Order: sequence, then structure tokens, then C-alpha cells
Amino acid sequence: MSILVYVNSNGDKIAKNGFEVVTYGKKIGDVTVVTNGNASESTLSELGKYGASKVLVDRSFEGIDGQQVAKMVVAAAEKEGSNTILFSADVYGKAIAPRVSVKLSAGLVSGATGLPQSDGTISVNVFSGKAFGQLKVNTDKKVISLLPNSIPLEEVGGTASIEEFDGNVGESKVKVTGTKVPEGDIPLTEAELVVSAGRGMKGPENWGMIEELAKELGAATACSRPVADSGWRPHHEHVGQTGVAIRPNLYIAIGISGAIQHLAGVNGSKVMVVINTDEEAPFFKAADYGVIGDAFEVVPRLIEAVKKFKASN
Amino acid sequence: MKILVCISKSPDTTTKISFTENDTKFNEDGVKYIINPQDEWYALVKGIELKEANGGTVTTITVGTAEDDAIIRKALAIGADDAVRIDLKATDASQVATEIANYAKSEGYDIILLGSQTIDYNGSQIAGMLAEHLDLPFIAEAESMELSGNTAKLDQEIVGGVQSVEVDLPFVVSCTKGMAEQRIPNMRGIMAARTKPLKVVPASGANEYTSFVKYSLPAPKSAVKLIDPNNMDELVELLHTEAKVI
Repeated sequence: MSILVYVNSNGDKIAKNGFEVVTYGKKIGDVTVVTNGNASESTLSELGKYGASKVLVDRSFEGIDGQQVAKMVVAAAEKEGSNTILFSADVYGKAIAPRVSVKLSAGLVSGATGLPQSDGTISVNVFSGKAFGQLKVNTDKKVISLLPNSIPLEEVGGTASIEEFDGNVGESKVKVTGTKVPEGDIPLTEAELVVSAGRGMKGPENWGMIEELAKELGAATACSRPVADSGWRPHHEHVGQTGVAIRPNLYIAIGISGAIQHLAGVNGSKVMVVINTDEEAPFFKAADYGVIGDAFEVVPRLIEAVKKFKASN
Repeated sequence: MKILVCISKSPDTTTKISFTENDTKFNEDGVKYIINPQDEWYALVKGIELKEANGGTVTTITVGTAEDDAIIRKALAIGADDAVRIDLKATDASQVATEIANYAKSEGYDIILLGSQTIDYNGSQIAGMLAEHLDLPFIAEAESMELSGNTAKLDQEIVGGVQSVEVDLPFVVSCTKGMAEQRIPNMRGIMAARTKPLKVVPASGANEYTSFVKYSLPAPKSAVKLIDPNNMDELVELLHTEAKVI
């Protein structure tokens, strides 16, 4: 079965969630990747390692305009005879996959967390991660977007042929005038480790130790809603029901009580650690490891412990 | 200027989730419904701000049954001028988007606003589908928008940062935190909402492309393992050897 996977290779870079979707596709069929822009052959050939047998690249346009990319993806699906189209459910996939589903009159599974089951249904998170749903697609053509960090990468060591391709995408109606992507920061939705802090930190001036702990661990930083609402941290760091939903391997919550709305955004995490002075904080019921103590004393000790661990491993 | 805001009902954020009929249906017993927060706080209020600055009308549209009228009246109390309800109980995003598109295509809206996601099914699908049906540009996850003349300047969240874009009317935009601030309806708004027009239109018969066949709840967590706050070496060791996450 031919599976078509859209991968974002802008900036000559493919993010981990791009390779995740190739791994996912390889488990259900023969993977062709479609991408656009000026990525080098060596970058694109990385896709072969994870199981892509072919990469179609449209060199006629750059960027991630939803209307253009959707046209390209549909043209590639027709060329390859693919009835299953895969995306990552990041902000780009969320904008493009719905368009492709309309163009192909195909059912969309948005935010899949696993492979199709034997009955054909696919699991997704519902109610902001408070529950799971098995979704059945009633159409022959299917569009699936995969939640980042839902499947471990698997190298199969293949090679991909790279083919130039023209998706006839036309002009973009959206003009990009600037981007601000802080250098060196790990995007929250892609991060395997996340250090998050709440009102217990008392003020934005105390975030130095949070950032230092994150840096030592190679983690992204996040925060609770009151912290983002108070302007202590940028909005895009807010995790929870009305912010970003994440599913890292490790989530460390510092000075966050663990209201149901916050837990909804993070309970897909594999392991959760809570550090809080209040032993009655609801987070202790959700976490795997808990430390009852003052963040201002515990976090510096944890930073030292992580440094020591890194030095000896 | 004609502004359309898509609003959906969702269970209150504190709702305990459970299922009935052999785990095939969401248990609505005792559930309090609200306007989906992103639709209300960001999309609706931004729509009203645009109207206040530029003139025009704000219409809300909802696909739902008479049970949804309470949240629609609340949107009118906050400041929408009129409302449309497409009379259909729907759970499939394709069906909802097609119904809204079939209504909107002959109305000539300048801006269509939605919340970035609903807190019940979390799919973030309707906005992109609607934009495709109407052949319009779509700006996802916008955190600010300024309109001058026929052109809007927006900042949108992208992976790891923010992107600034410009787009001409008409377009579809999904709104996230930063776009606007929640407004509490005042008594005058609540009184006025009772007599504002709420038009109920029949569904156009769009197909359901997907259906949920079963739901489940996460397995109960085992008890938290407490670590001595003076012994962070132990925590790091457990995260390495037991949890295997570092």
C-alpha cells in the first residue's frame, strides 16, 4: 500500500517529528515523502534511514503556506496512487491536513497517538487528554496527523530516491514578513524533557534556576496558565487545557498545584515529577515522583545533582 | 465589514469525564456546558473588537441542537449582533465544516474567526477545512491581529516561535491566547441578547467521514513515590535507572 507522508524540510532541516511520521508510515505501507523548498539532497536522503523509499521534492516554492502545500500534497497523492496521507500534528500539519481532507473527501484523524488497530480504528486523545477515543474513518481515503512524541523513531537503514516534482501550487496569498524563533531553545511540543513552573516561583525574576535546570537537562521550559496570564512568561510556554498540550518523556512541575485544567495538557507525559511545598497539592495524585519542599531550596540541589550525574555518565 | 465567529459548546473545564452505553457515548449527565473557551475569549471578543474599530456586524454560527441556544445567547450578551444555528447534532469535524461552509459561501464574510481548538475533541480541524471549502487563506494559531484597510497583519504561533504575516481580506483565522481578553457580559448585554436574532437553519445533509466507536479513560496512577528534598541525587538516579527518562 502506498503511503504519502508530508515532511517539512524548510531551512534545510527535518525535525524529529518529521522522521516520526515516516516511521509510522513505514509500519503500514510503502512510504513516499513529499516536501518542498531548497533542502539539500543529503538532508532529504536522511528520510531513507527511517523507511522512505522515495522523496518527491517541489523546488518551485519555499515555506509552509497551507493552500500551496495542500495542492502539492494532493498532486503527489494522485501521482503515487496513495489513499493514506500522513502529517505530523504540529501547527503546520494542523493547518494543512484539514485542507487535504477536504480536497480528497477523506476522513481526517487529527492527533493520532498510535497505529491503526486490527479493526481499522485509530486512537486519539479527547477531552484534552482526560480520555481516549477510538476513531473509525468511513472513507476509503484517509488523512492522519500524528501527535508528536507518540511513536519511537526506528531506523531501518534504507535509502530513498530523490525525484524533482512540480505540484503546480500557484502563488501564495499570505506574505511572511518576519519570524522570531529563539536560537537554541527547544520547541515545547517536540521536547522529550520539559521543566515547568508555576506561581510558586513568586515572580518572573526567579526563573533563572528554572532555565538553568532546563539547560542542564536539555529540556524545554513551560509554565502554568496564571504565570502566562501575569506576563511572567510568554504565552507559547503555557501548557494546559487552554494552552499547549504536550507529551514529553519527563515533565517536571515546580510550584504548580496541578489543577484539573493544567493536568489535562500534560497527562500524556510518560513520567511526571512534582516539586511543591504543599503536600495536599493535587499534582501529588497525578505524579510518579514527588518532592515536598521549597523550590528555592530543592531546585538548586536538583541542578547540582544533574550536573554530578552528567559528569559521571 | 461582515464578521463571522464560529462557536461551539464544550463541557466546563472542570468536568469529570465519563462514558455510557458500553463506553460508546460521552456521559452528559450533570455536565455543565460553556462556550468553548478559545472560541469565546479569543475569537468572539476579537470579532467584537474589530467591529468596534471598523464598524460592521458580528454573526456567530454554531452547528448544534436547541440545547446549544443557552451558549449562543451568552455570545449575543457578550456582544455579537446576531446568531445562526445549523440544526444538527454532529461530532464529525468534516460534517461540521461542510455545514458551516454551505451556509457561509453565499454570505460574503470578510473575516471568519474560530478558536484554535475545542477542549472536547481537540482536533483543530474545522478552521482549515472551512478555509479550503471557501478557497480562502487560513492563518492558524494567531495571537495578534491588526487591520488597516483591506489588509491584516497577524502574528501566529509556529513551532518554536512566532511568525508575522500579512494577508488581504477575506480570510479565516484561528485565535489563541493573546488575541483578546475575556469579556464578562453586563446586564444590558444580557437583556439585549434576549431579543437579538437567532436564526435556525436546517442542515444541508453533509456526510460524516469519521465516527468514534469507543472511548476509554487512562489507567489509574499508582501512588506517587516521595523523595527526600535533601536527596536530589536519589531523584536523578531513579529518573535514570527506574523511569529511564534521562
